[in-house]
Amino acid sequence: MNKISDNRAWWLVLPVFLLVAFSALIPLMTVVNYSVQDIFGPGQAYYVGTEWFKEVLTDQRLRDSLIRQFAFSGAVLAIQIPLGIGVALMMPKSGVKGSLCLILVAIPLLIPWNVVGTIWQIFARGDIGLFGWAINQMGMDYNYTGDTLDAWLTVLLMDVWHWTPLVALLCYSGLRAIPEAFYQAAEIDRASKWAVFRYIQLPRLKSVLIIAVLLRFMDSFMIYIEPFVLTGGGPGSSTTFLSQTLTTMAIGQFDLGRAAAFSLIYFLIVLLISWLFFTAITHADKEK
Amino acid sequence: MVAWMNWTPTVMVFFAVIVAILTVMTVYELVAPCTERKGFLPIETTRGDRLFIGLLSAAYIHLTFLAVSDITLWAALTISVIWLLILLRWG
Amino acid sequence: MRQTRSKNIGITIYILLLLTPVYWLLNMSFKTSREILGGLTLWPQNFTFDNYTVIFTDPSWYNGYLNSMAYVSINVVITLLVALPAAYAFSRYKFLGDKHLFFWLLSNRMAPPAVFLLPFFQLYSSIGLFDTHIAVALAHCLFNVPLAVWILEGFMKGVPREYDEMAYIDGYSFPRFFIKVFLPMIRSGIGVTAFFAFMFSWVELLLARTLTSVDAQPIGAIMTRTIGASGIDWGVLAAAGVLTIIPGLLVIWFVRNHVAKGFALGRV
Repeated sequence: MNKISDNRAWWLVLPVFLLVAFSALIPLMTVVNYSVQDIFGPGQAYYVGTEWFKEVLTDQRLRDSLIRQFAFSGAVLAIQIPLGIGVALMMPKSGVKGSLCLILVAIPLLIPWNVVGTIWQIFARGDIGLFGWAINQMGMDYNYTGDTLDAWLTVLLMDVWHWTPLVALLCYSGLRAIPEAFYQAAEIDRASKWAVFRYIQLPRLKSVLIIAVLLRFMDSFMIYIEPFVLTGGGPGSSTTFLSQTLTTMAIGQFDLGRAAAFSLIYFLIVLLISWLFFTAITHADKEK
Repeated sequence: MVAWMNWTPTVMVFFAVIVAILTVMTVYELVAPCTERKGFLPIETTRGDRLFIGLLSAAYIHLTFLAVSDITLWAALTISVIWLLILLRWG
Repeated sequence: MRQTRSKNIGITIYILLLLTPVYWLLNMSFKTSREILGGLTLWPQNFTFDNYTVIFTDPSWYNGYLNSMAYVSINVVITLLVALPAAYAFSRYKFLGDKHLFFWLLSNRMAPPAVFLLPFFQLYSSIGLFDTHIAVALAHCLFNVPLAVWILEGFMKGVPREYDEMAYIDGYSFPRFFIKVFLPMIRSGIGVTAFFAFMFSWVELLLARTLTSVDAQPIGAIMTRTIGASGIDWGVLAAAGVLTIIPGLLVIWFVRNHVAKGFALGRV
């Protein structure tokens, strides 16, 4: 649809602009202010320049947390994207069965994030949880509250359980948009199943997959409440990701300057990645 | 009311400069609207896109300077400004 | 034929695995605490509603639900009111900085709430809104408004502009056209948007917990601090969890065809 150029449209956008500016710009400005000062209390602040940034950038603990975060987000994408595509390919195409499948698959997405943590906290316990109990019965020594690797795998498994449905739903709606004629043509050409997937389905899924990768990366990048409930960030700090490190710093220790500098760096990373994806999405839209 | 925001002169100057840049760009856009064009960047960009890319990379340039060296940030600022101008002109 | 069957088996296994943890929560919510701690049972041996009774009779529990409901409803109303005109502008007009504004909205959906946590706490304390429903509702607008604008824009693009032009020729003013003609045409889009605004406000906890202490405390915050002197009461915790899942389940059937669109910021 061709849009009309009209700057009066700003009046319609103004409420959104003001509301989001109130809850995004004012806080952002405040964070910038905090990040260059050492604050002891109301009216007691020293200007320290870029000290906090320097400290945050060279802090080993924060670097570890950042590396852990990237490792986690990478693992999340590596597992959930292929698995989600697989599930979407298996889902029935239409009818009541299709709708039913859709809803059952979507259930984990509707659960409050802290309850997701609670579910897995119970489910993975060795004494009262089915999963932990079953693993222990198989003769493996599994304990997510004590063992670093187990904790990691549990958090990862929880996230796969929680968010793979999102990838599956997106791919499913992408697959349904492929015209039947494409498949018929492939059948006439006696294309193999792999060829159909590689040359018909996958290219058509491109724009949906960009969104899936964007959402999964960003949401796993800000994961907080699920691991907080499940492991509390432990054992040690093995499952403490960026948001939790930041929250502890800001609310727990009330270390305003450092937390603010950290927030800004965190925000810049997010901004860069969202921008890359946004550009990719607008380009995919244009090609259509 | 705004005491909790702990304004300092440096940050005020920083935001004032940002607002000034945005205002100038807006007026410029109203006077002479620009169209997308392809420069040395791999994608087609408008003036506003190039400004955003410039500002974002300026932030990263500053952070890199802080992380790996003790050189004064004025050096980073100079590089950023030159980079921003190159982007706006040829990006 | 064989292919379809193996696909069916595959998807059935996946869904069963998906539902097992939820079943376990449900199972546990109907058990007595003695049975829970006594050993593993695949279904409740002594079926009981006690855990639910605790929640429905103890104000510190059911107030959590009421608080959550309150701020979520306020949030949905605010979100829809501001997002509708904005989405219309984005879907119909080109204006100065539209693309950048759109990206800025998106970046707020992507930004981790933790980044805004500290100033939010100060901001809402300074204007005297700390520990009120409206504070949480406003804070949640940070990610819900962008989401709503994106979803609604997708729906509005589907309505041809000829309708707008015809209404003007018939002498409708803009507000009258918007309310009488346009909004009814995108009814389902509004419903879906409301659902997702509800959903994302309902599942968020970090901001909701930080901006409240007593009077507006959400159910999630109450759940995460239930460790009493005698340890965690798993049965009650499970029951509380089950009750938080129900609102989503009740309405998802109505939005099933748009579920992907909603989760994907309206871009599918």
